[in-house]
Amino acid sequence: MSDAATLEAQVAHDDHGDHGGHGGNGAGHPPTTTGLSHNKLGMWLFLGSECLLFGGLISTYMLYRGRASENLGPDQIYDLPFTSVSSFVLLMSSLTMVLAVSAAGRKDVRNVKLWLTVTALLGATFVGGQVYEFTSFYREGLGFTTSLFSSSFYALTGFHGVHVSVGIIMLLAVVGMISRDRIPGDRAEVVELVGLYWHFVDIVWIVIFTLVYLIPA
Amino acid sequence: MAIIERPATEPVVAPTPTPAPIVTPSEAFGTFRRPVETTGWRAWVFTVDHKKIGVMYGAAALFFFVVAGLEALLIRAQLAGPEGTVLSADVYNQMFTMHATTMIFLFAIPMAAGLANYLVPLQIGARDVAFPRINAFGFWCFLAGGIVLNLSWFLGGAADGGWFMYQPNASVPFSPTNGVDFWALGLQIAGIASLTGAINLIVTILNMRAPGMSLMRMPVFTWMILVTQFLLVFAIPVITVAFFLLTFQRSFDAAFFSPAAGADPLLWQHLFWIFGHPEVYILVLPSFGIVSEVLPVFSKKPLFGYPFVVFSGIAIGFLGWGVWAHHMFASGLGPVSVAVFATATMAIAVPTGVKIINWTLTMWGGKLRFTTAMLFAMGLVVQFTIGGLSGVTHSVAPSDTQQTDTYYIVAHFHYVLFGGSVLGFFAGFYYWWPKVFGKCLSERLGRWNFWLMIIGMNLTFGPMHILGLQGQPRRMYIWTTERSGEGFFNLGFWNLVSSIGAFILAVGVLFFLTNIVHTHRKGAPAPLDPWDARTLEWITTNPPKEHNFDRVPTVSHLDEFFHRKYEDVGEGDAHDLRAVATAEEVLAAEQAQADAQIHMPSPSYWPIVVAATLPVIALGIIYGVYIVSIVGALLMVFGIFGWAMEPGTAPDSDFDPSPVDDGGPTTELVRSE
Ligand code: HEM
Ligand SMILES: [Cu+2]
Repeated sequence: MSDAATLEAQVAHDDHGDHGGHGGNGAGHPPTTTGLSHNKLGMWLFLGSECLLFGGLISTYMLYRGRASENLGPDQIYDLPFTSVSSFVLLMSSLTMVLAVSAAGRKDVRNVKLWLTVTALLGATFVGGQVYEFTSFYREGLGFTTSLFSSSFYALTGFHGVHVSVGIIMLLAVVGMISRDRIPGDRAEVVELVGLYWHFVDIVWIVIFTLVYLIPA
Repeated sequence: MAIIERPATEPVVAPTPTPAPIVTPSEAFGTFRRPVETTGWRAWVFTVDHKKIGVMYGAAALFFFVVAGLEALLIRAQLAGPEGTVLSADVYNQMFTMHATTMIFLFAIPMAAGLANYLVPLQIGARDVAFPRINAFGFWCFLAGGIVLNLSWFLGGAADGGWFMYQPNASVPFSPTNGVDFWALGLQIAGIASLTGAINLIVTILNMRAPGMSLMRMPVFTWMILVTQFLLVFAIPVITVAFFLLTFQRSFDAAFFSPAAGADPLLWQHLFWIFGHPEVYILVLPSFGIVSEVLPVFSKKPLFGYPFVVFSGIAIGFLGWGVWAHHMFASGLGPVSVAVFATATMAIAVPTGVKIINWTLTMWGGKLRFTTAMLFAMGLVVQFTIGGLSGVTHSVAPSDTQQTDTYYIVAHFHYVLFGGSVLGFFAGFYYWWPKVFGKCLSERLGRWNFWLMIIGMNLTFGPMHILGLQGQPRRMYIWTTERSGEGFFNLGFWNLVSSIGAFILAVGVLFFLTNIVHTHRKGAPAPLDPWDARTLEWITTNPPKEHNFDRVPTVSHLDEFFHRKYEDVGEGDAHDLRAVATAEEVLAAEQAQADAQIHMPSPSYWPIVVAATLPVIALGIIYGVYIVSIVGALLMVFGIFGWAMEPGTAPDSDFDPSPVDDGGPTTELVRSE
């Protein structure tokens, strides 16, 4: 007679790849054929898919970056020092995310909450910077429909901004749920999953920053 | 389903003499009480059972097949004679656009998803999929997307830009109704279904195989589904970008595709076909998997060259990414690109040919049984080969330049789509019906079904080769006698033949629908193993219990079930089979070791709640009432939180008390029948 635990592991493991995750029924990591948990494998696949989403948006931007209206092109409008600082802030948030994950591994709840909150704050700073950047561009006359350059720029960076914002919501939700002990399943894994997502969004930003801001049009 | 979550009114019959105390459903983590019904509509709407979800996918997809089929009949009615008056030019455009979109996105993809949902866990010896709630969510997204797409018929007219919706032809000045907006957002929603479903199935296949089920012991159907899902994971995001850009273009005045604003109209074509070509394999590989199951069973031989079939499937999956521009030979890509894509396209014929050879050699020297399922599978081999051959003719770019946008293309892709996907699905229906519904479809009606469909499809699509080579353009809503020529190749005659064929085909489909009704009214229960099958899904009851297997079988062979029934005492290639056990004995041996306690994932309200917010968001965008979209988005966030806080399976404490130690098969637990 096989033991109930294995069977449970087969099916009872919870379904969460996409919103930050809620583990199984608390039974820890169930044995799976590959040894990776369902959630983690699912998250990796989701991120693989996201690569192509950003790939499509980046290609569109690269195609249209030169098609700007006069003096509102990439070379005139970008404020490189400002964006460099906000990019640095976002990169730092990856560091704090690592600290949160490692605290979760040690079951150090206090530090998990601390570092997740710091990560969320750094992320929020980045998004705030983006909002500021967009408004100042808009004031200079660069609306969403001004030129092909502006449409593709806003579409690309906007999508990224939405991803960061979703990440912030997930981080704060995890903090809240940890505080009220409302996470079904493996807490450390949930933190790790959010971490994977967060690092991915950061890496995408590095690509965007390089292609959009650093390479001259 | 969570076994504990029965209504408190139901008498509790514990498997042990001591009556178990009633366990109340968990509210500890969920926001609401969870659904508990095991019968009635609630048992379906809130289910997370992969089998119920599979059946719902199948039923909805079949419905859309009929809808799209009726649209095709209207098209053929319009073109049956000169100066047809059935459809106006405008409605004709909507008709072929919606016919194609519905067939591809609302029939073929979801039908494959339904079959995969139902069968993959059974074929790999799992009790459910990896993410049961996401699975349910995917189904509701597909349905919501289908509804949004088809709502356009009633709200000012459907999309009319053809299924690939070339830009700027489909931008507001040329397509002023909301049809294209419904199209873009409806398909966007249906895309979520494909993406989540793909992730779910990949994780299921990689992670939940029964002990001993190594990758190279997996049934070919499961393999082909795995390849298809990888294609979906990477193709869907590309079309998602295209749909977003299209929505920005139409609803928010961006100019991504307006040449007047300096845009490059080829951008859309590239994005569409980078998705679109892998898409054709997404449509056809599941059916390749099905015939690879059906042919061996009815030839009583193992699949010839299993590894070749698997690896050629994988090869098709890879090569499929490098050929998209063969849809754009006529768009002025330049000679180098054309040459590269033409060559790559020819290369893809190789793995496809490998499969056809393998199927043929599977039948070679076999003990063939011409059941309806087998007929459909053989039909696929023949008809798909015809479509594949005409396909190779357009990989030759100069010849394609002649053929593109003519009926020759329409002929080609119907031979591969109808002759490939649809015939394969029908083979699957006849083969797995007893597994899913416990009754075999009538073979007598099945034969009518098969022959009418085969004759009908060849009469419909065969003449289209002639029409196309004579120069009849596709998407042409009317023809006149003066311009149809004379003699044997006169367009009028062949158009009429094609239309008659379409109606014969429709009668064939009608036989199938009749067969379903007839079988469910009059059919006798199917035997346990009606076809002498080979794979794991048959080592369980028909239909399977909620938890699929009383005990998860241990696998030691490819074609495990067959090996439990027969011993091959032949030498070399000579098969000399000796029966060693009946299906009933195999099943009884498994059941004798049934697991005492099985916790199944619990039903949930959240998947349908979250999915239902998507059309709200979409309608807000289409009509520019953004507050509606915002409300929809907030509802969605709320739903996601509800979901996040609800455990997938009600916690252990909620399950029935202490494991039973009498060793009996008590997997039905307290929900005693
Ligand atoms: C039920 C039998 C079917 C009939 C009688 C039929 C008939 C037709 C006809 C006559 C057209 C050409 C319309 C035109 O160019 O003016 C067409 C287009 C098309 N059909 Fe079918 N069809 C059938 C099944 C299918 C299936 C099963 C699929 C896919 C799974 C499919 C996919 C398409 C596509 C992609 C187009 C191209 C539409 C466009 O030009 O945008 N059809 N069909
Ligand atoms: Cu193609």
